[in-house]
Amino acid sequence: MNWGAIAAIYRFEMARFFRTMLQSFLSPVLSTSLYFVVFGTAIGSRIEQVEGIGYGGFIVPGLIMLSVITQSISNASFGIYFPKFIGTIYELLSAPVNFLEIVLGYVGAAATKALFVGTVILCTAALFVDFQIAHPLAMVAFLLLTCLSFALLGFIIGIWAGNFEQLQLVPLLIVTPLVFLGGSFYSITMLPPVWQTITLFNPVVYLISGFRWSFFDTADVPVGLSLLAIGGFTFLCLAVIWWIFRTGWRIRS
Amino acid sequence: MSAMLSIRDLRKTYEGGFQALKGVTLEIEQGEIIALLGPNGAGKTTLISTICGITTPTAGEVTVGGHDILRDFRAARGLIGLVPQEIALEPFERVLNTVRFSRGLFGHRRDEALIERILRRLSLWDKKDAQVKELSGGMKRRVLIAKALAHEPRVLFLDEPTAGVDVELRKDMWDIVAELKADGVTIILTTHYIEEAEAIADRIGVINRGELLLVEQTSALMSRLGKKQIEVQLSAAISAIPPTLARPGLSLAGEGDVLVFEYDTQAERIGLTGLLNAIAAAGLVLRDVNTRQSSLEEIFVDLVSEETP
Repeated sequence: MNWGAIAAIYRFEMARFFRTMLQSFLSPVLSTSLYFVVFGTAIGSRIEQVEGIGYGGFIVPGLIMLSVITQSISNASFGIYFPKFIGTIYELLSAPVNFLEIVLGYVGAAATKALFVGTVILCTAALFVDFQIAHPLAMVAFLLLTCLSFALLGFIIGIWAGNFEQLQLVPLLIVTPLVFLGGSFYSITMLPPVWQTITLFNPVVYLISGFRWSFFDTADVPVGLSLLAIGGFTFLCLAVIWWIFRTGWRIRS
Repeated sequence: MSAMLSIRDLRKTYEGGFQALKGVTLEIEQGEIIALLGPNGAGKTTLISTICGITTPTAGEVTVGGHDILRDFRAARGLIGLVPQEIALEPFERVLNTVRFSRGLFGHRRDEALIERILRRLSLWDKKDAQVKELSGGMKRRVLIAKALAHEPRVLFLDEPTAGVDVELRKDMWDIVAELKADGVTIILTTHYIEEAEAIADRIGVINRGELLLVEQTSALMSRLGKKQIEVQLSAAISAIPPTLARPGLSLAGEGDVLVFEYDTQAERIGLTGLLNAIAAAGLVLRDVNTRQSSLEEIFVDLVSEETP
């Protein structure tokens, strides 16, 4: 393994993050505060409890997941797309690195950034509502796995994208609806039975359910199934990336 | 000397069937400077990209320092530094960081003293904390060179390194290339500036339509293919070449006061003595005599035009 290369890519990507530190920090704080004002206070005051949990606290795991998934995808996709766009990808392709090292560098940095944002949101949320974390280790594990798996998806999107419009397309048209419809702001038991069944085909449901379980010890789907889903998703993304580098799809002519 | 770079029957066919390389074979010795000349689209950049790992070869074999570029890619690429044709740099990154990144990418430990030496040599040390986007085009090209040198390559590819740069940087580049050669670095450069190839290359390869038309020592190529001209200035103009002087290669130029004789330096009988004797016998008085050797550019144009149907 070329650990030096992994560290170099990681540091280079994190430097981009630190250059925009204020934006990286303020943006999640502001958006979380707005969510709590709108959903937690304005709407939440009319909803007493969901599954025995105050609505303000109930939406915390969903809010974190929403931002973490979006951040993981956007950071990783931009991270690998930008060198393609400006031509600096030549350096990666001509360096003594393999696909795993490139992925570890880019995905590791993107996951770290998303983890930072997730932590900021968690701290901001604590200013608005009282909540407890029933299973802290499981919470961290779910958070890490989510950051990692969606950063992998973002990496695939970044390689696939041929322009900036395509870079936004998948997150905008697929991921955001899946996250919003994945139970971020409600329990799927609140849906009519038919929609409950349809919702179970949404992979994000398993993530949010598992993550919410780590907070409140209550879940829409069994926790084991949540872990299996996120594990399977991570494996699928890794397999796709392995294929991309083996064939050189969209990166090596 | 041993072959540092060995290319055997290298072929590259892109999707759609375009054959960019049609079986290139070339051996380059350690410490040698070879210049690849060719028109746009000849296959120069594809050849470099394929050796460096940016493009996948369709067939053939390439070894760098004895390491196969596919089977033993880490060792092969670890020896290679690449200065690309296009200026491709992260605009918001600082000069020092981007050069450090390049060294790290090759798995080398940080060596601040080395990086300072490289940046100073390229007159970039004052700009080490500047963002790349603040630099001029010439400075950006220097950054590309610094990045390529950051991991101390043994084989350096310079793809059009002096395209669009000022005379000062071009001269500086030539000096750097000479220093690297003195350190035993093997250098392969592509260029449109033929005087550049003539000035710094040990050997010259001419590539066109994906084929290597020839590879020869620069001096040998010049003497083998170089035509010489002798210009004889007459003290008085003449209206036509006297019949006793007429011979292939001789023409009247200027305002009838210059005789131009083109001859092949490699020919068994050049005919110079005969020409001068005939001029004297014809009663013509000489005012001056000049000789001129055809430049590599003319040789190159001749070669490529011979190939073009």
